[in-house]
Amino acid sequence: MKHVVVVGGSAAGLAAAETLRREGYEGTLTLIGDEPYHPYDRPPLSKQILGGQWEPDRVPLRAPADLDALGLELRLGVAATGLDLAGRTVALADGARVPYDGLVIATGVRPRRLPGDGGERAHVLRTLDDALALRDRLGPGRRLAVVGAGFLGAEAAAVARGLGAEVTLLEPAPVPLAPAVGERVGRMLSQAHHDHGVDLRTGVAVAEVTDGGVRLTDGTLVEADEVLVAIGSVPNTGWLEGSGLTLGDGLECDEYSAAAPDVYGAGDVARWHNPLFGTAMRIEHRTNATEQGMAVARNLLRPDERRPFAPVPYFWSDQYDFRIQAHGYLRGHEEVAVVEGELAERKFLAVYRSGDRVAGVLAVGMPPKAVRTWRQAVATRAAWRDAVGELLPEGA
Amino acid sequence: MSGGGEGSGEGKGVTMRVEVDVPKCVASGQCVMIAPDVFDQREEDGIVVLLDEQPASELHADVRESAVVCPAAAIRVVEK
Ligand SMILES: Cc1cc2nc3c(=O)[nH]c(=O)nc-3n(C[C@H](O)[C@H](O)[C@H](O)COP(=O)(O)OP(=O)(O)OC[C@H]3O[C@@H](n4cnc5c(N)ncnc54)[C@H](O)[C@@H]3O)c2cc1C
Ligand code: SF4
Repeated sequence: MKHVVVVGGSAAGLAAAETLRREGYEGTLTLIGDEPYHPYDRPPLSKQILGGQWEPDRVPLRAPADLDALGLELRLGVAATGLDLAGRTVALADGARVPYDGLVIATGVRPRRLPGDGGERAHVLRTLDDALALRDRLGPGRRLAVVGAGFLGAEAAAVARGLGAEVTLLEPAPVPLAPAVGERVGRMLSQAHHDHGVDLRTGVAVAEVTDGGVRLTDGTLVEADEVLVAIGSVPNTGWLEGSGLTLGDGLECDEYSAAAPDVYGAGDVARWHNPLFGTAMRIEHRTNATEQGMAVARNLLRPDERRPFAPVPYFWSDQYDFRIQAHGYLRGHEEVAVVEGELAERKFLAVYRSGDRVAGVLAVGMPPKAVRTWRQAVATRAAWRDAVGELLPEGA
Repeated sequence: MSGGGEGSGEGKGVTMRVEVDVPKCVASGQCVMIAPDVFDQREEDGIVVLLDEQPASELHADVRESAVVCPAAAIRVVEK
């Protein structure tokens, strides 16, 4: 292999590039990213950057010297616009054609948007520029409406409260995040919003952003100075349209995270078959981006020793004064059991069942050893009966 | 350098210094799972504790792996 091209210059793309070098790849390594910045980290955007505790100089993923040492051909500020699979070239917006013999696709996702034109008032939160633009317009007495009470919307609501803004959080579901973490944990999160003075309105459908705020489908106007739309995201696969790669909910990959011979997908954009859980998944978590970037680099370099990518997904989220941590695949769970602590005290450990197996663990304020022990139960796909059975009083 | 041919700087003469940017740490525990002799977590909040600033050469591969994996980019490895 003489020329590897990585498209997408963020967590997954950087991990792939770094791992290729660490594993001894000495050929040309091109990293293409449409943002004008060196690879930077996103989780702090809705936390320390939005809250003003950090300035942008804290978010680069690597020190300049460490990035230099990778010997990358960096093409930043230019988008990939097309892929010729048979000819093995990537087309760029500036007209260049970059040849490859190995390709990593790590173009992530972009925010889903609402209809309407709120002008300067309407925000999304994905990039550094998004975070700085929103931060500039928040402060004491400013009215912020957040559409979508997922993890991102909830984090932003919490931070905005900390900045003294008046926050309305609009959520279509009756309980925020219930499909992801279960109803009881979802209700615990709702309570945290109430406790911190956020006006959480559930079961409301938003029609559009207007120049006065947010219009609900029943005609009501929720007045706001700023509107943050946090209603999920869309995989950045437009540039792969017509390439012959399979696109569905993201770039479809096999258990090795391969989309075609010598073409791999990693990070938020990639949907792949995770053999540990026996299901296809697309994971929008920071750790997965890195782990998948590393895994595809190794599979690309050693085609005869490829390994299935079979991680235990992990995420964290900071809300007000507590941090949620979860290991596993919680979506589609059939049962949740709180096995340690108390939800009401925001110190607890909940485990999730899918089929007859432990599928995940979610913890708030618990000692790291306890969390790691339960993670191990997920990693070994322990039987629910053995792991949780005896711990539970009826109906817990 | 006793060039092992792996291209990954595994040679005996390499010294490694580990730096941790503690305020960046998000308590994920990834580093502890990969290199438990070098990293630990505080009991009360899971924040990283650096156990060994200059790990022995047999730990280098795991430490490098931890630095790449760390979801907060809080671990930096300096090799000479
Ligand atoms: C505000 C915020 C907070 C978050 N907080 C958490 C958290 O607390 N915990 C957690 O686990 N996860 C969190 N995440 C998720 C985490 O940041 C992502 O999972 C991670 O960034 C995914 O990395 P990636 O490299 O796959 O994709 P991305 O980070 O989306 O990077 C993809 C890159 O490719 C570029 N690109 C797209 N299309 C093209 C093209 N055609 N040509 C060239 N370049 C292109 C994009 O501009 C981008 O720079 C958060 C995300 C956000 C936005
Ligand atoms: S891997 Fe990084 S974020 Fe996780 S505990 Fe270690 S230093 Fe902290």
